[in-house]
Formats: sequence, structure tokens, C-alpha cells
Amino acid sequence: MLKLNLHPQTVERARKAAKGIAGSFDWLFRDYSSLTIERSIVRLMGIDGADADGRPLPNLVVDHLAAKNLLSRGAAFAIANAMVNTGSTAQEVAEQVADGKLDLSTLQPASEDAVAAVLDQISDQALAQIREQREFRESQFALYGPRRQPAIYVIVATGNIYEDVKQAKAAALEGADIIAVIRSTAQSLLDYVPFGATTVGFGGTYATQENFRIMRAALDEVSASEKRYISLTNYASGLCMPEIAVMGAIERLDLMLNDAMYGILFRDINPKRTLLDQYFARMVNAYAGIEIQTGEDNYLTTSDAIEKAYTVTASQLLNEQFALVSGIKPEKMGLGHAFEINPEVENNFSLELAHAMLTKALFPNSPVKYMPPTKFASGNIFQTHLMNAMFNFIGQLTGQGVQLLGMLTEAIHTPHIADRSLAIENAQYVFNSVKDLSTELCLAEGSFINTRANTVLEEATFFLEKVEDEGLFTAMAKGDFADIRRPENGGKGLDGVFRKDEAYLNPFLSKMKTELELS
Amino acid sequence: MKKELIRPYGDTLNDGKIQFSFSLPIGPGEIGKEAARIILKQLGLEDIEICGMRDLKGGFTQFIAYASTSAGVDPAEIKVKTVDTPVMDMEATDEFIASHLGREITVVGACIESDAHTVGIDAIMNMKGYNHRYGLERYQYINAINLGAQVASEDLLRRARDEKADAILVSQVVTQKNIHIKNLTKLIELAEAEGLRSQMLFICGGPRISHELAIELGYDAGFGTGSYSTDVASYIAITLAGQRAKA
Repeated sequence: MLKLNLHPQTVERARKAAKGIAGSFDWLFRDYSSLTIERSIVRLMGIDGADADGRPLPNLVVDHLAAKNLLSRGAAFAIANAMVNTGSTAQEVAEQVADGKLDLSTLQPASEDAVAAVLDQISDQALAQIREQREFRESQFALYGPRRQPAIYVIVATGNIYEDVKQAKAAALEGADIIAVIRSTAQSLLDYVPFGATTVGFGGTYATQENFRIMRAALDEVSASEKRYISLTNYASGLCMPEIAVMGAIERLDLMLNDAMYGILFRDINPKRTLLDQYFARMVNAYAGIEIQTGEDNYLTTSDAIEKAYTVTASQLLNEQFALVSGIKPEKMGLGHAFEINPEVENNFSLELAHAMLTKALFPNSPVKYMPPTKFASGNIFQTHLMNAMFNFIGQLTGQGVQLLGMLTEAIHTPHIADRSLAIENAQYVFNSVKDLSTELCLAEGSFINTRANTVLEEATFFLEKVEDEGLFTAMAKGDFADIRRPENGGKGLDGVFRKDEAYLNPFLSKMKTELELS
Repeated sequence: MKKELIRPYGDTLNDGKIQFSFSLPIGPGEIGKEAARIILKQLGLEDIEICGMRDLKGGFTQFIAYASTSAGVDPAEIKVKTVDTPVMDMEATDEFIASHLGREITVVGACIESDAHTVGIDAIMNMKGYNHRYGLERYQYINAINLGAQVASEDLLRRARDEKADAILVSQVVTQKNIHIKNLTKLIELAEAEGLRSQMLFICGGPRISHELAIELGYDAGFGTGSYSTDVASYIAITLAGQRAKA
């Protein structure tokens, strides 16, 4: 059996440091909220739609509350109070606010009991809906059997949701287990979620609730005909991270790219905003039974994959601890890593194998997500196709949870239909060929692979202990992560973070915490 | 003068062999295969052999084919615009800047507008560089400022003006629906309007960018796939020195 021998004390030290880091943000999670968290609450209360200019109602309502200084008590209170006062539904309240017919600051506070009763009923209803989606997913897996391992994950990215549907269905029929609809390139920095079905995007398709619904329905059709549950994923990231998590929970997405720190490092979103948003977003994901995936591959596309391998391990351990704080169980943590070593380096396959085995060994119960070569994928599609085969070999050999298939045209364009099909063919060929090979192999004593894995682990441990000493925000400000400096008060979205006052209410958070057994 | 035409080469000179791979929105079968053959025929090809047919499901099929063309070209008549400055390594470029310009030069780079993919600009600018070539940040005589992704054209120009930049580097990776052309055009138009165009070198790069395209869009130079920091740094240093000599 192919297996690493990691130093157990080092693993323990690394986890302890990561836990210390993730555990030092109670003050942030307890005392603060953000505009997008409030918009998530508004969405959970059943408010949806947009005005004639395409401005989403959740934004109009929350901006109204901010303008009237009503936000510190939370959107939940303001809307419930209006519902009690006017006898309208949440949606009607939002529409009246959007039309300028209702000023929420003019309403008298209703009795606390009446507001609490409304919130209790409305949050029960929303959470029940999400629970039903979770149970439906579980029943589908029970009916058709579990997802294959590694699962075959492919992307669609035409920009047009209806075109995406055609390609996604074809891919699912060919054997894809997970379909990712890549987002339009600029969406992570939009401070709103576009509304409705969309047919124009760049490098991807906008994540909207309607697009989620359209794709989910299409994949449900294929699931039924293939007797195999096809999972759908998108991105709960960027300035609307928790809102997209809520939309995904309602529309039964099955996975979500949802990294604790990616937005800070790679999108220059403010550190406080990001950590706060991920706390709530991940709790929604946990409640909805959605598998999160993390974006460690990004460390390797910007830095050298050998030299900075430890940053992947360190980030995985931090993502794990932040996920635990939000109630996500290890079996729903798709911690990420990637096959990005320069193919000209001698023995690069052994190095990749060491790194892949390290990830699997550190998170044995997690559906770890393995990302394909991108940095050294070139216009030579034949070479890229071959690299993808080597990548698939490691995926099966080390039992990765999710194999994000590489496309032979990675360096050229978003995948054409045949590119995706060839990627699936490549994976199926390799997976089948080496299916049980790992049970036949073991590492030589003192093997290079085992030594390498322990070296990376030690470097990660040293790094995490240093970050714990300094504090995460200080370390980020100094550029310790990915060589990018991210000051605590810099980046986008800080003005959307606010302190909650003592009467603040978020009934969804309280109920989810109770059910997830979080303190 | 006799023209020396060249043609695609398979295994015999002038056999004109070309390999094809394309998909059609039709199921696999004889009709699909014939459709693929007719399309190649309409392209003017001969000896068409549809050697592979892959069912892509959902009513799509991929065809792999070989065919011969009678098309030919005389390389002596081809003119392409290329970046002609010699390429120096980092040390030589630093030395060149020191001796010819006698000061540090400032380069401001960004992935502009909607483009979130920093892989190109990072490969050229980041300290680490790419494939054994250090990025511009590592150069002693280059003050390299990498603004990262999704930078508005206005912000890039403002920063370049503030820093009195010698050169602007723009990366565009996403090219779906020709978004890169729109973005690059927007930047150059703004630069013209603000009177910055003549103040500094405008250089663009990305997988689908050629020097020719860059010139057409009004840039000084363009760098496509396979370009390294050394190409860009040498070009900037030599061009600035040339401008100085003329001035």
C-alpha cells in the first residue's frame, strides 16, 4: 500500500498553530457584520428580484438601512419590524422600500415579542427549505450510489447559461460527476449579485440565482437518466461570498469554492471583510451540506511550486480550522492543491506525488481537490494533454477526492466541447488503468518522496508557528502569504464592515449555530 | 524570378497534409461523417480522410481528419512586424540602463478592466519571474510597480502619471468575445485624451497578443506567448535609450 510516514508530532504542531490562528477571530465573528451578510439575511427572508435598472432588491434594502443608520441592529430586525407594522410580507416590504414608498426609519419599533415571532417563523421556513434540499441530495446519493473517487470535475464557461447547459449535459453524459460553471471574470469584485438568467459573460457566466436554478434542473434531468447524481458547483467568493452561499443552499448546489483567505490575497479584498464573510458563508454551507473547496492552487500559479509547496499545506491547515469554526465537517472539506511543477525539472513526478500524498495523508477523511497543470500548459495542446495524463495518474494513485480535469487547450481558450470530452476520456482511461495500483506499491525506506513530504510539512509548520506568533493580519500585511502585502485596513470592501449593537439580530446564525452544535 | 512556394508537410515535400479536429452539432454516424467531409471539401481540401469520430453526447460529434491542400506561400514575400531589439539578460539590461540612461526607469503594470488573471503580468514583473528569468522587480535599475488584476484604465494611467512612468505594461489574458481588444483600445484612447500617450511607452502582452496587433491598436509593442521578462526589459531599455539619443 502506497503510504507516507509523516512525523506525527509535526502534524500535531502544525494543526495546533493553525487552530490558534483561526481561533483568534472570535471578536470579529461575534461583534461585526457586513453589508453582504445582511443581504444574505435579506435573501434568506425570501426577498429576491431587482428594480428596473437591474439593482437587486437585497442591495436596495440594505443600502436604505445603511443610509438611515438602521443597520447596526441588523436587516432582520428592520424588515420584521416593518412586517409587523404594515402586515406586509418581507418581499412586499422590500418592494415598497425599493419604490421609495416606505421609509423604514419612520416606523415605530413593534413589540419585541411580535418581531421575534415573525423572525422565528420566517427563519424556520427558510432553514427548512435548505434542509429539504440537503435531504434531497442525500437521498439521491443513497439512491444512485456515492460519487466516484476521484470525482470527475469539469468546467463550463461559455458566458451564456443556455449554452452552458448544453455543454454541461454532454459532459455529464460522458461521465463528469461535477459540473462547475465558471463565473464571469469580474464578478468577484461586484458588491451585488446580478439578477436573472444571463447570456453574456467574459471568461465565464455570471453566478445568479436563476442561472443556478436553470443548471440544477438540467443536471437533475441527466442524473435521472444516467442514474448517477451529477453535482453542481459555483463560487462563494468575492464581495458577495455569503449571498452566493445562500443562493447555492436554496438552489441545491452541491459544492462551493469557498476559501477563507483567497479573496484577501488574490483579489485584494479587505482581510476583515473576507474573514467575517467566510465565517457566515461557511456556516450556510455547513448547514446546507455543501462541500466547500479551497483555492490553494493559486499559491502555485503565482509562485514556484517546489519552493512554495509549504504555503499550500499551511493554507490547507488554516482553511481546515476556519471551516471547523463554522461547523463544516472534514468530509465536506475539499482542501485544494495543484500539479504545477515545471515539467522540465528532473523527477517532477516524484515531487508532485510527494505533495499529493502529503495532502491526502493530512486530510484522510476529506474529499481533497486536485487542480491540474495550468502554468506550464502552453499552446502545444498535445504536450498539455500528456501532462494532464500524468496528473490524472497521481490523482487515482493517491485517491484524491475531486480531480479537476485539465483541458488540453487550457492556455488558449475556455474549453470547447471536444476539449472537455478529451479530458474526460483521458481521465477515464488513466483512472481505469491504474485503479488498484496503489495497493501494489510501497515507498522504499528513506525514500525521496517520504523525505520530501516531511520537509514540506516541516516548512509549513515553521511558517504557521511564525504566523501564530505574529498574528494573521500582521503576517498578511508583511507579505508572508504569496509574497503579497495585504494590510488589515487595506483592500476592497472594508467600508461594508460594521459593528453590531447589542440589540442586533440574526436569527439564521443563531439557529444554525445551535443545530450545528457550535458555541 | 521563380517563386519558392512552401506547402504543409506530412512526409513528402509538397504533399500539403494538414491535421484537423473539429466538432459538429450532429450525432455520430455516416451522415455526420459526410458532413465533416463536405465542410473540409468546401475549404478547398483534397484527399480528405475522416480518421476519427468521437461521440461527444448531447448531439455533438468530434471529427479528426487529414486532408491535403494545394495552398502555398512564398516566405520571401512575407512581412511581419516583430520586436526587433536584441534580448539581453538581467545583468546586461541593468548595465545597459546604467550606462545609456544613467537612472532607474519606472515601469507600471496591470491586468486592466475585467481581467482577473494575473499570471501573465506576474510572470513578467514579479521578483520570481518565470522559467528561470527573474521578473522586472528584481532588476536593479527598474522600479517595477505591479498593480495586479482588475485595475481600471483610469487608475493605471493615474498611477503611471504620478510615478512619472517610463513604460506601461498591460496584460490581457481573457479574450472571450474579443474583450481584450475593447480593453486595450479603451486604455489607449484614454491615454491619448489625457495627453499621456507620448509621455511613455505603451506595451501590451497576453496569449493572444502579437506585436502586429499591438501596433494596430496604437501600442509601441506587443508580446505574445513565449515572451519573457528579458524580452520586455530589453525592449524597454533599448527603446528608451534610442529615444534619448534622438532627443
